[in-house]
Amino acid sequence: MDERRQSEATPTKNRTAVERKSERELVVTRTVNGPARLVFEAWTKAELFRRWWVPKSYGLTLLSCEMDVRVGGRYRLVFSHQASTMEFFGTYREVTPHSRLVWTNEEGDNGETLTTVTFDENAGKTLLVVHDLYPSKEALDSGSTGAMPEALDQLDELLASLGPSSVTK
Amino acid sequence: MVQYCQTRFDVSFGALADATRRGVLEQLGRADASITALAEKFHMTLTGMKKHVGVLEQAGLVTTEKVGRVRTCKLGLRGLQEEAAWIERYRQLWGARFDELDKVVEELKLKEKVDGRKKTK
Repeated sequence: MDERRQSEATPTKNRTAVERKSERELVVTRTVNGPARLVFEAWTKAELFRRWWVPKSYGLTLLSCEMDVRVGGRYRLVFSHQASTMEFFGTYREVTPHSRLVWTNEEGDNGETLTTVTFDENAGKTLLVVHDLYPSKEALDSGSTGAMPEALDQLDELLASLGPSSVTK
Repeated sequence: MVQYCQTRFDVSFGALADATRRGVLEQLGRADASITALAEKFHMTLTGMKKHVGVLEQAGLVTTEKVGRVRTCKLGLRGLQEEAAWIERYRQLWGARFDELDKVVEELKLKEKVDGRKKTK
């Protein structure tokens, strides 16, 4: 019986969509093949979170990852990139197990970015919606808050090596 | 230069904030079209579509050319590529993250299955 289940588990690649909802809002959606309680776990346990938040292709090293996931609890991520280090930190505002997480990004100079993540389970899969509300449209456009500028430079190189056709289609 | 790009981004993102205008861009990505054809396609009045195309044109995302009585719209390629690249970079970041997240969740599922089997025995 279990062999049959295994063969069904062939991972299908789900699509990541990004939409700019307004001048200050950016929304990312993606379906993950797993129940909300497990996906939520991967977002809220530091030892799991640190395994996926920084993609390997970025040339960044996550030096430390502290997450106190409860209302009012704080998080702090420290990265090294070549010779420099970067810190990202903030506070959890809402923690609703298996369905909703809200936190602030406080490292920017121009005010806080508020990130809301919802976990919506349907037939064993979870639709993730990551909603970023930036303090101003300038903050969003400049990507100064949370967008990891150095990492994006690296990504540019990666994209350039892939060529434009493989990116857009 | 940075400032210049910034302003361009602002105008372009404003233009992209509307679902119809995004649809128009998508449509023009497939083939050039007249404003009349676009109006029909999106069930709009000619005046309404002219307004949308005007916003896109101002943002440099679309160019139009009038031949006889027909105004044909086509993508203003350079502008679109800049904005698409910006969004695409962000999408790539999240795409890469989610691919890793998939692996973590697969592992958790497997672990749960194994643990569950142990418990029932």
